[in-house]
Amino acid sequence: MGMTIAEKILAAHTEKDEVKAGELINAQLDIVLGNDVTTPVAIKEFNKIGLTEVFDKEKVVIVPDHFTPNKDINSANQAKFIREFAEAQELVNYFEIGKMGIEHCLLPEQGLVLPGDVIIGADSHTCTYGALGAFATGVGSTDMAAGMATGEAWFKVPESIKFIYQGELNPWVSGKDLILYTIGDIGVDGALYKAMEFTGEVIENLSMDQRFTMSNMAIEAGGKCGLIAPDQTTIDYVEERAERDYTLYESDADAEYEEVIEYDVSEIEPQVAFPHLPENTKGISEVGEVEIDQAVIGSCTNGRIEDLRIAAEVLEGKQVADNLRLIILPGTQEISKQAMREGLFEIFIDAGAAVSTPTCGPCLGGHMGILAKGERAIATTNRNFVGRMGDPESEVYLSNPAVAAASAIKGKIVSPEEVI
Amino acid sequence: MEIKGQAWKYGDDIDTDVIIPARYLNTSDPAELAKYCLKDLDEDFVTKMNEGDLIVAAKNFGCGSSREHAPLAIKAAGVSCVIAKSFARIFYRNAINIGLPILESVEAAEKIEEGDEIEVDIDSGEINNLSKDEVYQAEPFPEFMQELITAGGLINYVSRKVDSNE
Ligand code: SF4
Repeated sequence: MGMTIAEKILAAHTEKDEVKAGELINAQLDIVLGNDVTTPVAIKEFNKIGLTEVFDKEKVVIVPDHFTPNKDINSANQAKFIREFAEAQELVNYFEIGKMGIEHCLLPEQGLVLPGDVIIGADSHTCTYGALGAFATGVGSTDMAAGMATGEAWFKVPESIKFIYQGELNPWVSGKDLILYTIGDIGVDGALYKAMEFTGEVIENLSMDQRFTMSNMAIEAGGKCGLIAPDQTTIDYVEERAERDYTLYESDADAEYEEVIEYDVSEIEPQVAFPHLPENTKGISEVGEVEIDQAVIGSCTNGRIEDLRIAAEVLEGKQVADNLRLIILPGTQEISKQAMREGLFEIFIDAGAAVSTPTCGPCLGGHMGILAKGERAIATTNRNFVGRMGDPESEVYLSNPAVAAASAIKGKIVSPEEVI
Repeated sequence: MEIKGQAWKYGDDIDTDVIIPARYLNTSDPAELAKYCLKDLDEDFVTKMNEGDLIVAAKNFGCGSSREHAPLAIKAAGVSCVIAKSFARIFYRNAINIGLPILESVEAAEKIEEGDEIEVDIDSGEINNLSKDEVYQAEPFPEFMQELITAGGLINYVSRKVDSNE
């Protein structure tokens, strides 16, 4: 019996030649990641173990991105705590404000995560790196602490669900719509504990940026990871970034899947997830009249250069609606620079948008665009839970960047076709 | 470990954002986090519950973020155990790692009603509904997780391993 890509990568990080779904294993880690919310807890736990040094100064990566630039005194204290830890441990990959980005945009961009890696991150969207053909999964702070200490983590080898996307994409339909549609179909626990594997001709033709968007939201279906087999697109992306070797894995033809789900994408239109779960999806033509107060374009889901280009295409020469706030958050400093070079910032600012330094900010209701009671936002982020972006009585609708930009212009949720 | 208390019932997909909203994540102090436990789901949960009470929920409890602050807040608030039809995987992992007892049982999640007096034997997975005089059996933990639980969580487990390697 063959192995899935998830099984192959995990097996390569143990002493075994083969692992099977359901098995509990200890795997070697290539990267252990934390942010400014999860790392403080991890450091306290790490200190209890009684070791003085982390297992590898290059493999522990810390990115303060959630409440930074520090939004208040408590968050400043937290950031200081991890900065001092990074200094004392001489961590090579600690990213200070001015050099940082949202972790899941930053790590691939910096070539820190590569195909074939096993990565844990004390952040649920660590699954993003599955787009590179890496086994990457979110864990908690205690797992991060144990990972920093030993360079290992325990895993239950997951069963896999294979998703096959065929057909021709409709205009304005992107990776975001494919993943929202998928979550709408299988539900927020549709892939609980499982590895999702995205395949098919549509995925093969997707850009790296859109693949990241898809893998990013695997967790929103309960998935442990969201894997895409590496191909020439992956190699082109990592070749110019990688400073160490990497391995390309793909599933065997006779690998075992718990389920195989096929979609004809020609039936998929741009998707909007209604409050308060990412599974509450509707096609844009079925949205009806939903007025909005704020639009947010950014986050580890859709804060990459391609996302900003699409937003700019929709916004160019237009104005955001009166009394509506459009907030744009590029994912990293590099992405900001690129957007600036391409003149995207000028388009955004001329349209009446606010452009921010990279931060998670409003995505988790941290800062930089919190919603008041009764307010409604459309966002390119990944979660629309109760209170996610502010007051428990506010609402978040999820979409791709083109829909968010078009909606900002109209003041209500609309298709990009209505403004272009 | 004695687990006995009153049940507080909630529904499907209780996410980590309502368990502990992000606006309170600028600290990692468990006592501070405990004050806001379940705040956006059930405003006065913390004031009405008693030490030792249990949370009983439906499917996919703890979905969303990886914030360990969620099980920490629940534990620090004095909740002795969470019973659900299923747990989101990071929450499941975190709960075991920090020593918050959790049990999966569809039957218990369906039959227990708010206010029922519940007693749990975490080793055997037996859930005793004293109010209804019913017993439900939860899924037992795999052996490795039993080891983690017996060690008192992942950090103790790792510390022992580190010590024995030296
Ligand atoms: S952008 Fe949002 S989802 Fe992504 S890491 Fe930051 S808070 Fe989490």
